[in-house]
Amino acid sequence: MSTTLVQIGGARPARVGPEARTPTALEKAFLALVGAGSVMFTLALFAPKVFGSASWAAPTMFGLIAVGSIGYLWSGYGHTTPGIKNHGIFHSSLANRGALAWLAGIAVTTFYVVLYWHGEALEGGYQLLDPFAQKLTGSPADHWFLYGFLYTLLVLIFGGRMFLKYRHNRYQLIRTASVMFFQLGLAFLLPGVLKKIWAQDFYFTYFWPLKPDYLLPFDYVIGEGGMIAKEWSGHAVGRFMVIWSAVMALGAVPVLTWFFGKRWYCSWVCGCGGLAETFGDPFRQLSDKSEKAWKFERWSIHGVLVFIVLFTVLLWVNDATGRKLLGSDGSELFWKTYGLFIVMAFSGVVGVGFYPLMGSRVWCRYGCPQAAILGIFQRFFSRFRITTNGGQCISCGNCSTYCEMGIDVRSYAQRGENIVRASCVGCGVCAAVCPRGVLKLENGTFGGRYDGDGKPWSAFKDALRGRPKA
Amino acid sequence: MHVAIVGNGIAGVTAARHLRKLDSSVRITLISGETDHHWSRPALMYVYMGHMRWEDVKPYEDHFWPRNRIDLVRRWVTSIDVEGRQLHLDGARTIPFDKLLLAVGSKPNKFGWPGQDLRGVSGMVSLQDLQAIEAASVGLKHAAIVGGGLIGVELAEMFHTRGIDVTFLVREHAYWNHVLPAEEGDIVGEVIRAEGIDLRLETELTEIVDDGTGQVGAIVDSKGDRVEVGFVGLTAGVRPNLTVCAGSPIATDRGILVDRTLVTNVEGIYAAGDCAQVKTPEGHRDLIQAVWYTGRMMGEVAARNLLGASDEYDSGTWFNSAKFFDLEYQVYGYVPSAMAHHQLPSLAWISPDRRHACRLVETEDGKLSGISVLGIRMRHRVCERWIEEGRDLAYVLAHLREAMFDPEFYRRWDRDIVAALSGKVAA
Ligand SMILES: Cc1cc2nc3c(=O)[nH]c(=O)nc-3n(C[C@H](O)[C@H](O)[C@H](O)COP(=O)(O)OP(=O)(O)OC[C@H]3O[C@@H](n4cnc5c(N)ncnc54)[C@H](O)[C@@H]3O)c2cc1C
Ligand code: SF4
Ligand code: SF4
Repeated sequence: MSTTLVQIGGARPARVGPEARTPTALEKAFLALVGAGSVMFTLALFAPKVFGSASWAAPTMFGLIAVGSIGYLWSGYGHTTPGIKNHGIFHSSLANRGALAWLAGIAVTTFYVVLYWHGEALEGGYQLLDPFAQKLTGSPADHWFLYGFLYTLLVLIFGGRMFLKYRHNRYQLIRTASVMFFQLGLAFLLPGVLKKIWAQDFYFTYFWPLKPDYLLPFDYVIGEGGMIAKEWSGHAVGRFMVIWSAVMALGAVPVLTWFFGKRWYCSWVCGCGGLAETFGDPFRQLSDKSEKAWKFERWSIHGVLVFIVLFTVLLWVNDATGRKLLGSDGSELFWKTYGLFIVMAFSGVVGVGFYPLMGSRVWCRYGCPQAAILGIFQRFFSRFRITTNGGQCISCGNCSTYCEMGIDVRSYAQRGENIVRASCVGCGVCAAVCPRGVLKLENGTFGGRYDGDGKPWSAFKDALRGRPKA
Repeated sequence: MHVAIVGNGIAGVTAARHLRKLDSSVRITLISGETDHHWSRPALMYVYMGHMRWEDVKPYEDHFWPRNRIDLVRRWVTSIDVEGRQLHLDGARTIPFDKLLLAVGSKPNKFGWPGQDLRGVSGMVSLQDLQAIEAASVGLKHAAIVGGGLIGVELAEMFHTRGIDVTFLVREHAYWNHVLPAEEGDIVGEVIRAEGIDLRLETELTEIVDDGTGQVGAIVDSKGDRVEVGFVGLTAGVRPNLTVCAGSPIATDRGILVDRTLVTNVEGIYAAGDCAQVKTPEGHRDLIQAVWYTGRMMGEVAARNLLGASDEYDSGTWFNSAKFFDLEYQVYGYVPSAMAHHQLPSLAWISPDRRHACRLVETEDGKLSGISVLGIRMRHRVCERWIEEGRDLAYVLAHLREAMFDPEFYRRWDRDIVAALSGKVAA
């Protein structure tokens, strides 16, 4: 890659990124724009009457926020030479669990609680988007539309930050473009359009078990959020959706994971991953690297998976036996449990709300059933691995520190072993931050992937035993 | 049996780990005055720069040591009683041993500069140095760094991230001239200057000036220039730490003298890592190897020999790596420096923007001697194999792709290198 200097201003102040110094006058001006937009939005939330759904309001406030943040980031990173600039991260209150991090954590968590349990309280916010929602989806905006909009906006703005921060690294550029594309196109615009055409949205990038309803017996999918509604059964498009879901969940997951590892989904396509890789990037260093956390992770993530598999089987059996097993309320029970504990509490409140406290991948690491399945394939049936470059590791710890999944990458690298871990989402940041060029994400041949005798079976036995000591 | 190890750096810790791996009953005591736990010395700069916290540069969690029954002692060893087989520690403590490994590392060179003991003058090797540099940075406007090696450029980057101006004195006429070939040294010099560092080549330190309070106020260089600075970093290389051997019969020269099995002149006492000076060295190698991986390899050999083997230390084909600000550097095999007495034929390629380079060095009989790269990553095992198999440069160029280790989607520099160099090599 060429390393053209992108530089704004003179050689002073020292060329370090926005994390490590006080903002310049220009940066302060951009921050003021963000502030103005945020004040307007807050006002709209608390005093819905001020803006109503005036057509100029949303473009103005979100425009201010977007232009201000991109401008701030642009001028901030413009002071750096292209390369890894994690300067000052652990001196920062926001990025190192200081007071600011707690404030941010509480704010985001509160937002999720309101969103899930008191969505109507956000009316002042979502009515702003009414004109846009009408155009896109043909129906008025609700709190879920507002959520999707803000989510996508964050992915795009912080995706821009990734472009600036990793402008020397093509893997990061292409990967970031990919998550931005999938979030904007397939998780926001297309479902909106589908809703307009078919009165029913559909997400091509989510499958069972992350979206279990896509593979449940139709009759049991009820109410709001039950995507393949009953009336679809006779519909050609509906049938296509069902087949798509089945092919993705049962076919694409093993096949693509065999070739590329779980990254084809987790850090290139998935929307949760998309937010983690963009908005979550400033917090990736906060993931817990201890063996204890790893132990907990294996129980919790596989626990969620087992729960969903059992429930899916149960519902199908129930369906086949004429719904005698659970009664017709069985599915509702499932939805309530799953919705409350997994989707709301885990993936939302903790998963995103705790970014500033526990890092960006809490849900992906401890809870996501899709990640669990992809992980099992990646660990035992995949050509993907992170190769360690001979004896070059100096045990510095940058790789482990910046692994958002809390993998102690160094513990493998310093022994000269490849990293073949179920949880690795293939973000490539460990390889990017390594100052000695030790790590490389590769889709190699299957043989020679594991250390020891190289057999997946032995690797499986090792995995059950836990990690060898000394 | 009780093995005492002095020094919890990579050499001492690798020895301790391997002792435990090989023998579940041996008693192991690991002593260091510097820190409670092993840490990665090369990561010192990242703590200062805020990339990591102190706990992040410790390669093992604290429970690793009790779990593996390695007893840790945080004390300085003051002397070794060879006859009585015991160590004297500060605080009047003694530790008896059956066998002893000295892995006491290096200390920074000081060349008797006037003012070198003033407040605000420090090397950059230990945790204590890091703390001193951290304390000196408060309110610091301008620092001087003396000595153009790896540690110097790291210290320059550290200050740079805090907006502290740096004057960097290098005695040679290019940066790191006694390791890098001339062109590569020039490129690194350009990188340093492009960051706004005041790099002064062919300039030595003459004097460190007292500001009247026992604190550094300025430096004077060999060209007569005076620069007002609040801190002076001494990074003119390191030398083996021999303090602990003083007054004992353990033989030393520049380092602690050991034979190829890493045993000193005293039976049962070994030395490994930066502090060891291995007799009868091979080929082009230095007598003293002060890098991370050689410490690790020596630690492994020492562990086996402490348990009764007599394996010889062989570090294999040389390699190393470094980073100068954003520019990564790797070397495999022997690539003569600009200052080497005996030069070898070589082919070099430098990208138009001068941020990527590759050099292939040939031995007199036409075999690959070494490869070095800037701004490109290469595969250790492939380069090593080519050198050991005695491949010629035509073979290397024909297979260069196998050695590329850059991340996916990166520009394929091997194509540029092959296009530029293959015309210059006899088929
Ligand atoms: C800033 C810096 C950056 C570096 N970067 C790199 C790099 O990128 N790549 C590379 O290959 N190498 C690098 N090195 C060199 C590398 O760190 C050393 O080669 C390596 O640490 C040597 O390990 P060791 O175990 O021999 O000694 P050390 O790590 O020095 O450990 C010796 C320990 O013994 C303790 N000790 C000494 N005397 C006593 C005593 N009397 N009583 C008790 N304890 C005692 C010391 O306090 C110290 O803790 C770097 C060095 C520095 C300083
Ligand atoms: S191991 Fe590396 S690639 Fe995998 S998740 Fe961690 S940082 Fe990303
Ligand atoms: S970042 Fe690189 S050198 Fe540092 S511990 Fe990880 S693999 Fe080793």
